[in-house]
Amino acid sequence: MDTTVVNTDAKEKVWGGGNQPLNASYGKLMMWFFIVSDALTFSGFLAAYGFSRFKFIESWPIADEVFTHVPFLHGQEHPMIYVAFMTFVLIMSSVTMVLAVDAGHHMNKSKVTFYLFLTIIGGAIFVGSQAWEWATFIKGDHGAVQTRGGNILQFVDADGHRVKLADFVMAGTHDRTVHESKIGLWYVSEGTLPTYTIDEVVAGFEAHPELSIRTQLLDEHGHKTILSRDESLKQLKTNGRKIVEGANLKVNEYGTSLFADFFFFITGFHGFHVFSGVVINIIIFFNVILGTYERRGSYEMVEKVGLYWHFVDLVWVFVFTFFYLV
Amino acid sequence: MAHAHKLSILRGTIKFKNVTQKIWGVLILLTIITAIEVVLGIYKPESLKAHFIGMKILNWIFIFLTVVKAYYITWDFMHMRDETASLRRMVVWTAVFLICYLIFILLQEGGYIESVYTSGFVKRDF
Repeated sequence: MDTTVVNTDAKEKVWGGGNQPLNASYGKLMMWFFIVSDALTFSGFLAAYGFSRFKFIESWPIADEVFTHVPFLHGQEHPMIYVAFMTFVLIMSSVTMVLAVDAGHHMNKSKVTFYLFLTIIGGAIFVGSQAWEWATFIKGDHGAVQTRGGNILQFVDADGHRVKLADFVMAGTHDRTVHESKIGLWYVSEGTLPTYTIDEVVAGFEAHPELSIRTQLLDEHGHKTILSRDESLKQLKTNGRKIVEGANLKVNEYGTSLFADFFFFITGFHGFHVFSGVVINIIIFFNVILGTYERRGSYEMVEKVGLYWHFVDLVWVFVFTFFYLV
Repeated sequence: MAHAHKLSILRGTIKFKNVTQKIWGVLILLTIITAIEVVLGIYKPESLKAHFIGMKILNWIFIFLTVVKAYYITWDFMHMRDETASLRRMVVWTAVFLICYLIFILLQEGGYIESVYTSGFVKRDF
């Protein structure tokens, strides 16, 4: 007994709802409608990312230098490894979902329960990994200086490896404290103050002759341009304005702030989809345990939710390519 | 849900005995493709950095492999292979047309603005 489909045998009533040209239930068709519209939303975001990237094609951050961290391996650089793991987890949870749908076709309640449970675990691991990745990105690892024009200057040693601000800058005593609305102008507030001032960074840079500055610009081999020592000093003294540690919606120590904005927006929107997918999966999971679909005589609800879950996986495949690979 | 499942992938090159086996087969295929992507992404071979229609060959390879993955997720995990041809075309061609249109317009415009920035007396290095 299918509650969503009205089965009439009148084949001639094409406009009366009696005919099923697509041979799919109402619920499944509506899920496909939703998926197509959601796919267009995501492609709007990704195409906007492509737009900004083409706009700043010669100064875009290199993803391999940004996402190099793996949990529990401090200070080591392993580009791609953790994202590859996340991708695999999501594909794997897609597989358990499709196995649950298949078990549903055979009306096998215990198997549906087991595979749905695995799917929920996979989704939870993925959302957790994404939260960790966000936290690492927000915290940053090396620190940089922003110029008047909003460009990012990073510090490298003689071999071209990036150097942390903490490794060459001495923090002095600062009189300036964070301005809070309760102690001054009530309509003005500010975020956390950086650890160092720009003068301390200049002093530290002068004291370490092996350091030079790396700009955002890419050379013809796709590497970031490294300035000579004299040019570095000149650039830092005339244009350096602000210390940047980590990334947020306004600044980003890895390069243009648009990169961070799109990262937060697109992976955030995707992460929200995964999160709602996990919630819906949990609801379905309890319905399966309670025997709702057993009594209904069809596990089609698992199939519909499965469609959504696979779609989330599908979107991640594209986010993975355009954020981490290309 | 009595309709039959089509059990072969890669245009009939690989055939499976049942649905469960097909699912594991597709998982292996997707894992291999992802592994190729990751290895290429880590090592970035110099020979694939030549440009072809505005982009590196390596990037074209990534995009091609991604579309292949998307095909198998939609066709086998979302059961598109077993739906009627009209449902399949409604969903796939609508999305493909609109997405290609959107991407073309935005990337074209992005490239134009980039050319204004680099050759149009806009100072950015300060």
